[in-house]
Order: sequence, then structure tokens, then C-alpha cells
Amino acid sequence: MLIITQTALELGFLYAPVALALFLSYRILDIADLTTDGCFVLGAAVSVSLTAAGHPFLAIPAAMLAGACAGLVTAFLQTNLGVPSILAGIVTNTGLYTVNLMAMGWKANQSLLGSDTVFTLARDAGIGGAWYELLLAVIVTGLAAVLLRAFLDTHLGLSLRATGDNPDMVRASSLNPAFTISVGLCLANAMTGLAGAMVGQYQKTVDINSGTGIVVIGLACLIIGETVLGRRSMTRGVLAALVGSLIYRFIYAVVFYTKIVPVECLKLLTAIIVALAIAAPSIQRWAAFQRRKAAAKGKGGN
Amino acid sequence: MLDIQHISKTFNVGTVNEKRAVTDLSLHLDKGDFVTVIGSNGAGKSTLFNAIAGSFYVDEGRILLNGKDITFTREHDRSRVIGRLFQDPLRGTAPHMSIEENLALAYLRAAHGNPFSRITAKDRELFRAQLAQLDMGLEDRLGQPVGLLSGGQRQALTLLMATMVPPELLLLDEHTAALDPGTAEKVLALTQSIVAEHHITCLMVTHNMTQALSLGNRTLMMADGGIVLDVAGAERAGMTVEDLVERFRAGTGRTLDNDRMLLSE
Repeated sequence: MLIITQTALELGFLYAPVALALFLSYRILDIADLTTDGCFVLGAAVSVSLTAAGHPFLAIPAAMLAGACAGLVTAFLQTNLGVPSILAGIVTNTGLYTVNLMAMGWKANQSLLGSDTVFTLARDAGIGGAWYELLLAVIVTGLAAVLLRAFLDTHLGLSLRATGDNPDMVRASSLNPAFTISVGLCLANAMTGLAGAMVGQYQKTVDINSGTGIVVIGLACLIIGETVLGRRSMTRGVLAALVGSLIYRFIYAVVFYTKIVPVECLKLLTAIIVALAIAAPSIQRWAAFQRRKAAAKGKGGN
Repeated sequence: MLDIQHISKTFNVGTVNEKRAVTDLSLHLDKGDFVTVIGSNGAGKSTLFNAIAGSFYVDEGRILLNGKDITFTREHDRSRVIGRLFQDPLRGTAPHMSIEENLALAYLRAAHGNPFSRITAKDRELFRAQLAQLDMGLEDRLGQPVGLLSGGQRQALTLLMATMVPPELLLLDEHTAALDPGTAEKVLALTQSIVAEHHITCLMVTHNMTQALSLGNRTLMMADGGIVLDVAGAERAGMTVEDLVERFRAGTGRTLDNDRMLLSE
């Protein structure tokens, strides 16, 4: 049980920046950013390659920068070139496949054998004892969450929120929505890159396909968190991303160890959860309408 | 102040829907002018406003604001000096953000500088004082989302946001038309007092002919993408709604075909 808890907590915190990224792009900017999958692998690839070259610390900001660049490409496609936002993400994502292979030295996967990672360095320095991996994950993700929350209260953060809420109003406040969208997508993808960077060093390996479905999993985390905490404020939103990520990884760990559901089925299950959660308002409306129709029929019969 | 020189705008060029919305229109406003604009639907009022605000670029002609050529300045850059209110009270505010956050965004126009600055206690004091002017009790609801406010409250808030940092030019596009009569009157009174207080140059579209003559210092009537009547001073002071209708007929050779304009009090 302890090992399940520990693994779930570690993975929950390591993957949480993806949920934070989606909170920013999907919830705040109202853009479904499909760059996420490729961007996660990009972060991991940059991180693992640089770690292999002996720069585990530099690897993390570099991965975030790479992620931000990917976000900038997606933003440029949709703001300046008029590509619909979902398509823009898909286009970037497709291009990233090649970029990711390149970042891994034209191989489909890369491993860190014997190289120092931020985790092994923390262990060797005796930081956090047996929980060093978790401690590091909590620090990095916690810092990202705190910075994101603080950013949302700045003038630039407010403009970002207004962009997703009422773009007309942003223009009237002398801000260019193209600019705020670019900033938002860069930040979101920098966070996705951060998750990739940390997971890459944690697992000491990166695979070209390791990002598949990350965007849906991230959304699932966000939605689970919002179901638990509600969506009333920005602080709750940020916390929801963290809590949701932890809950998801707990479910994942339980399934993984107990095999209640075959692990292969987990992605399908995740997809169903996300689809249902996003469809919930429509389903509720439909159900309310059916009840109303039935009630009207009942009256008409009498 | 505002100098519009021979602007033209045609939509859907080369299609069956081609429409010359504004044709060779020139207009000059002096600083502090409060000009009312009337005209039937399709007369080009909105096109004129969109052209000034920069929602699109004109095909021909030039637009100057305070001697600066803004013909090809982008919309969000123009909004630094041009405030605008629409008929739809929902258009000017972000519903899921609080009153104070909305005000802070509008305040950005002047605060420029640091994008990472946050709302300070001093800002909050200023917002509260400004909101108190509206006399709607909003000063005690700074943290509430704007989506909870009524249409009239949202329009009053939008007005405050557009004028908190006084713009060089204020465009009012029938901004009280969607409000109930009582609220409309209140928002209009607020508009007058704010415009007068800051000496803001103002263009206001209205469908109310009495209002067109009583408010401000000059009245324009538009038809078929041009200005057919431009009265100010003594001539305007002595005018009645009937005169206005008569002048419209004389100017265009047609009778006024807009019931809303004729029927509104």
C-alpha cells in the first residue's frame, strides 16, 4: 500500500503541470491545445538528451523553453495565419514528431544509464531521505502552481483571462488578443515541457510515443479535480489541477497493482471519463428536457 | 480633433452582396464636441463608427485623430485613445471576472508599463470611489463576478471602464437602446456628466430624435453612406423633430422609413 501511495503521489505531482497547462489553455483561454502530446515528449526528449550530456539542471529550463517555442508555433498558426485552434495544435503536434526524434538524436527512444539526474543528485545529497523523488516533484510542481496562481492576478494574467472570457473587451482595453493568446500558449506549453522534463529524468527514459493521450489524461485530471473542488475561483482551479492529477494517479496505481481493470484498458476508460465529464451539461439539459416533456404529457393525458 | 477625409468602404467587393456602406464621407469634430448621429438602418452609422475605431480599414480616404494619421493603426492600438460602448451591454465586460478585475483591465490603458503589476490597495480605493459615482451600490461588490450584474449595471460599468482613463474620443453606439427606459435614462445622465466632467469629445448614435436634438451641441443625419444633414448652433437650437424629418426629406428626396425613429419619444 505504501508503495502504491508513494508512486501515485510522485507521478501525480510530476504530471500535474500538464493539468495546470490545460487549466491555462482550456479553461482560461478556452482553447483546446492539442500541442500538448508532442510538447510533453519534446520536454522529455530535451531533458533526457541534456541530462545524458551531463546537464540535468540546465535540462529543465531548456525543456520548458522548447515547450514554449512549440506553444508559440501553435499560437502563431492560429492568431496570424488563421488556422483554427484545434487544427493548429494538431499541425504543430505532427511536426513535433520529427523535432522530437531529432532531439533524441534520431532514435525512437533514449535511456539514461548511469547519468546523474536531478533525482539521483538529490538522493546522493541526502535530501528528502527515502522520499527524495516525491520531495523534488512537490517542490518543482508546487513552485509552478504558486507562480501560475500569482501570474493570474497580474495585469497580464487578467488580460489572459479576459481573452478567454470576452475578446472584444480585450481589444477595447488596448491589448492585442493575438498577443495574450501567444503568451498563454507559451506558458501552458512551457509547463507541459516541465512535466515532460521531470518525468523523463524520473523514468530515466523517453520514448517517441510516450506523449500519446497526455492531453486527454491532463483534461481528465483537471475535470476530476474540478468535480471535487468546484470551479469558483482561480485558486480552486489551480488546486483542482493538482488534486485531480493526484487522484488520477491513485486510480491508475490501484488499477496497476490490483488489476481490477486490465491496464491496457485505462486509456479507453480515461477517454470515456473525459467525454462524459465534458458532455455532462448537455446530458443534464437533455435529461431535464425529457422530464419536462414527460410531465407535460402526463398533464395532457388527464 | 477628429478629421475624417473622404473615406469610402465597400463590403463584399465583387460579389452579388457588394455594398457601398460609406461613400466619400468627410467629417471634422472639434475638441469637446458632443455630436449625436441619427439615420435609418443601413445608413452607414455603424460603418462610420467601425472605421473610426479600426474594426476594419477604409478603402479610401484618411482618418486623423489629434493630427495623427490613424488610418492604418490597428484596432487595439486605437483603443488606447478611443473608448467605445455598444448597444449590447454584455460586450464591454468579462462576465466571469470580478468587477475589480474588469476595472483593472480598463485601467491598464493608462497604467501601461509593467505587465506583472497587481491590483494595489490604492487602485482598489480609486475603483471604489469611481463606482460610487454610478450610485448603483457596486462599490461594495468589487469581488463579485460581473456576470451577476444587470444589463444596466453592466453598461454603466462599461461606461466607467471606457472613461476612467479619459479617452480622446468616445464612441457611443446606441449604448442605451437595449436598456429599460428608467435604466436608459440613468445611464444617459451618467454619460452626460462624465463626458462633461472630462470634456471628452463624443460621437453618439441614437434612434431617438428628441434626444438627438437635445443632447450635445451638434447633430448629424446619415443616409446611404453619407452625411445628409449637419446642424449646430442657433440653427439646431430652434429645430423641432418635425423640422428634422422635413430636412431629411429635402436632403434625400425620400421620407424617413424608420418607425423606431419616428415613434420614439
